[in-house]
Amino acid sequence: MAYSDKVIDHYNNPRNVGSFPKGTPGVGTGLVGAPECGDVMKLQIKVNLESGLIEDAKFKTFGCGSAIASSSLATEWLKGKSVEEALKIKNTDIVNELKLPPVKIHCSVLAEDAIKAALRDFQEQWAAKQAAATPSVTS
Amino acid sequence: MALKLPIFMDSHSTTPVDPRVLEAMLPYFTERFGHPGSRNHPFGWEAEKAVDEARAKIARLIGARDPKEVVFTSGGTESDNLALKGAAEMYREKGTHIVTTAIEHRAVLDVARRLEKQGFAVTYVPVGHDGLVDPEAIRGAITDKTILISVMFANNEIGTLQPIAEIGKVAKERGVLFHTDATQAVGKVPVDVEAMGIDLLTCSAHKIYGPKGIGALYVRRKNPRVRIAPIIDGGGHERGARSGTVPVPLAVGFGTAAEICREGMPEEAARLARLRDALQDKILSSVDEVYLNGHPEKRLPHNLNVSFAYVEGESVLMGVNKEVAISSGSACTSATLEPSYVIAALGVDPELAHSSIRFGLHRFNTEEEVEYVGGRIVEVVIRLREMSPLYELAKEGVDIKSMRWKAE
Repeated sequence: MAYSDKVIDHYNNPRNVGSFPKGTPGVGTGLVGAPECGDVMKLQIKVNLESGLIEDAKFKTFGCGSAIASSSLATEWLKGKSVEEALKIKNTDIVNELKLPPVKIHCSVLAEDAIKAALRDFQEQWAAKQAAATPSVTS
Repeated sequence: MALKLPIFMDSHSTTPVDPRVLEAMLPYFTERFGHPGSRNHPFGWEAEKAVDEARAKIARLIGARDPKEVVFTSGGTESDNLALKGAAEMYREKGTHIVTTAIEHRAVLDVARRLEKQGFAVTYVPVGHDGLVDPEAIRGAITDKTILISVMFANNEIGTLQPIAEIGKVAKERGVLFHTDATQAVGKVPVDVEAMGIDLLTCSAHKIYGPKGIGALYVRRKNPRVRIAPIIDGGGHERGARSGTVPVPLAVGFGTAAEICREGMPEEAARLARLRDALQDKILSSVDEVYLNGHPEKRLPHNLNVSFAYVEGESVLMGVNKEVAISSGSACTSATLEPSYVIAALGVDPELAHSSIRFGLHRFNTEEEVEYVGGRIVEVVIRLREMSPLYELAKEGVDIKSMRWKAE
């Protein structure tokens, strides 16, 4: 199979590989896929708690070149977006950008799942924090 | 000498034609173009003689008593089809049960599935962790309805060599025909249809430095006389076993390739085993958590199949594909999008099937090539592990198997 130039570029020069140190404030983590399926993506976002914008993103992926490229591209796209904007990233955007063939569409689906899981993780942490910080009015 | 890239190390898929083979073939495309079935002029006689000489060379390579036992086909797949379908049709009255293994080539497994639809029962004997079939498990699978046992000589992914002589003995004791797909083994390791009790044997030219497009099926003519129904009808060529004009240049090439393999086998096998071992040592000593797939000793001398834990196979191939031609059992590299059923049959963790890489060395590989390939693979695996969330989790001491993964 021939890979598109963009897939090859992301594979050879993956953007934002890595992990944030545990306990970094504003970080949301998504871990999706399964080893026995041959694809696992870990995607992290770091939200600036004052501006509400995603100021950094990192990934690690176990999977084929297209899976690596999909998650690498996702981290690029996430940076600078608000959580609401980030939720609008669709797997089809990734397919179009990387020119993924039909057999590789699942890689883009997994990347979208990873984005959503990271955003959800951040939102849940944020909600828990708000709840802990705000005195309950009903008590 | 400067290394010429890309380096081919995928010889279980195919091999380059040996220049000596090509040289022997060339005259049969042009001046000696006759039809071996033309009985009444010198063009036909010359072609028939060339085909029969080639037949004799193949017979000698596999220890067949009589060159007439070698039937030319279009390749390994057709030979497997002819063996199974031909025997099934011929002996249907006698019985409708076939014994085979879980790790056969698709050309056997898919034929077996088709025969099941036609009313045959097939037993797929499992293999051990080392890829070996237990001859006693074959014996145990035989019923009074069994007409055929089909067990491959050497596996195309893990190179594991099966105890063929022992299975041949079991077959003889139980009066069941024994077919072996020896496509990967013939020309590489000693094969002897007489000593090993083989009744039907599949082989192919392009795996032994011959041309693509021709193979053979050995069909025993004595003790017992094996009969098979043809699957291609027509002019009755190949004594009625396989109609269609024998492609003379290809047959000549196949014969020459067989002769070269037979003459040089001990030296070539030893040389390739030495190179393979060097590659294996380089890889195993440079990265942790690499697992050898298949039996460590009972395997083809030119085969190496390893799984690099935490790294997906296609991503490894992508990292080297401009420089090194190898293959993987990963789902992403297969036409069916399923990971290797051969690696899965070994009972290893499913993710290791996605992580398997197969190397197949060949006659023209050099020491420098092996060194280069070993080095590049190690670099790529290390780079990909730094990118792998599974490797990170494992290094943190997390038991990946105990985690709850949400499959897609």
